[in-house]
Amino acid sequence: MTEKPLISIEAVARRYPAPGGNETVIFEDLWLPIRRGEFVCMIGHSGCGKTTVLNILAGLEAPSDGAVIVDGREIGGPSLDRAVIFQSHALLPWRTVLGNVAFAVKSRWPAKGKDWIEKQAKRFISLVGLEGAERKRPAELSGGMKQRVGIARALSIEPKILLMDEPFSALDALTRGTLQDEVRRICLETGQTTFMITHDVDEAMYLADRIVLMTNGPNAHVAEIVENPLPRDRSRTDLHRHPHYYPLRNHLIDFLVTRSRTLRDAPAADRDPRNPPVVRPHAAPEPVAPISSDQASAQHPSMTRRVP
Amino acid sequence: MINSLPLRAGILSVVLFGLFLLAWHLAVSGTGPTVEMDPAYAALMGQAAVQGKSAMPGPMDVAATLWGHLSDPFYVRGTNDMGLGIQLGHSILRVALGYFLAVAVAIPVGFLIGMSPLMSRALDPFIQVMKPISPLAWMPLALYTIKDSGLSAIFVIFICSLWPMLINTAFGVASVRKEWLNVARTLEVGAFRRAFLVILPAAAPTILTGMRISIGIAWLVIVAAEMLVGGTGIGYFVWNEWNNLSITNVITAIVAIGVVGMILDQILARIARLVSFPE
Repeated sequence: MTEKPLISIEAVARRYPAPGGNETVIFEDLWLPIRRGEFVCMIGHSGCGKTTVLNILAGLEAPSDGAVIVDGREIGGPSLDRAVIFQSHALLPWRTVLGNVAFAVKSRWPAKGKDWIEKQAKRFISLVGLEGAERKRPAELSGGMKQRVGIARALSIEPKILLMDEPFSALDALTRGTLQDEVRRICLETGQTTFMITHDVDEAMYLADRIVLMTNGPNAHVAEIVENPLPRDRSRTDLHRHPHYYPLRNHLIDFLVTRSRTLRDAPAADRDPRNPPVVRPHAAPEPVAPISSDQASAQHPSMTRRVP
Repeated sequence: MINSLPLRAGILSVVLFGLFLLAWHLAVSGTGPTVEMDPAYAALMGQAAVQGKSAMPGPMDVAATLWGHLSDPFYVRGTNDMGLGIQLGHSILRVALGYFLAVAVAIPVGFLIGMSPLMSRALDPFIQVMKPISPLAWMPLALYTIKDSGLSAIFVIFICSLWPMLINTAFGVASVRKEWLNVARTLEVGAFRRAFLVILPAAAPTILTGMRISIGIAWLVIVAAEMLVGGTGIGYFVWNEWNNLSITNVITAIVAIGVVGMILDQILARIARLVSFPE
């Protein structure tokens, strides 16, 4: 690897004691580098331990084995370097929108004056499009607005990495779409490194640069890392017209429907936990002139499998 | 307008109160059997014996007495003749002292118990044994050790207010939502800020519920405590008027105790509303 990753999950394992003296292994020997400025999504079924991975990255849970390295240092717990957007937004109901964001800002820069803290908080409240709602309390906001506050709070501390645990799963489809647009815009503008847990294939395709596929749990492992072949300046509305769209989507769906289970039961014989296979599903290249009469072959998706 | 629920409830309340007064009036206006007796003896025995009139006062008698007390609540004409306001004031002062002492102890200790599973388990047997003890059972011990009846009454209020607040504070602190604590952890919030800016506001509604239960118990107990320690206070007033056989004054005092108790409860309910935020 040419560039040193910002975050590196190295040989991390998580086990829980099970009744009868045994251990339930959530996952074992998990390796995953995340590069600076990259948007990584992790997809898998419930129970594959994806939330556990995120909690370990956040420092909220300690790994049973292995380590997480951030910027060359092993993490020892939660840190302001790693901001978390919680699934349930986790706003403090007794604080206003401004109060919630300012609480985070004040935690990050305790020495700064009140005016500066308010200014910083307001900057991020307007970044997520909530100007005018600063004085409202969470109970007065819709679900989407609450999650916007959660995003503003996480971004306001200017973290090295943003961790999101299915942040939009509790929202309706329309709100989810708008928030995905906002998150993509903000992450592209600020070059924010982001790690997101989801089980929504379309969300991952729209947002992620790389998609990490986890097999079913227990004893889950990273089956594959899918590189997103879609162009970087994609828009949600005409994403599905891109020739790479269906090959990618079919690949992900196939994985969730069948391979997530078969790969757990029978992992690839040459499986190397440190270097999971990297794939880039894409449409077959357009045939060069003259146009073939066999249109079907041009539509047929293919895939490059890279040796890492 | 007649469909508005508060209005209908209000009308029903007034009607029920009217019926109650009527029943009361009828119950005490009858005459019982009279006996021929020596006029001097009759003077001693009072109207109940001579005219067969019930010794129980009617609503009009109580209203008149109440009006008398309300028009001059703060007079002092000797140790056994003070206005109802003065007596209530003494009681409220005692309750306030004991209650705020209990707040000062219960909230920090409850916080500690709520934060530490070790302390919670270690102190639990003590709390479980102390909680069901009637506060008045402490009275002899308090009188013996403190040697001052006024302070003993305050101590009894303290001890009875303590437990609901302690238990509720511990419970409120222990059951702060995990995700709020996780927010504090990911923001590297220090212990002090976490306690005052996350845990305390999160536990405040539960703590206030405990405080509201406590003020109710304290007001119940002060009447009984003052009957024992004597001197001043609404409890002493009730006992003194019983000894005077002034049932009218006893009923007046009962009404006053009820109204003050309701006001204390409502004050705490208001404060509880101020610190409760829907999510």
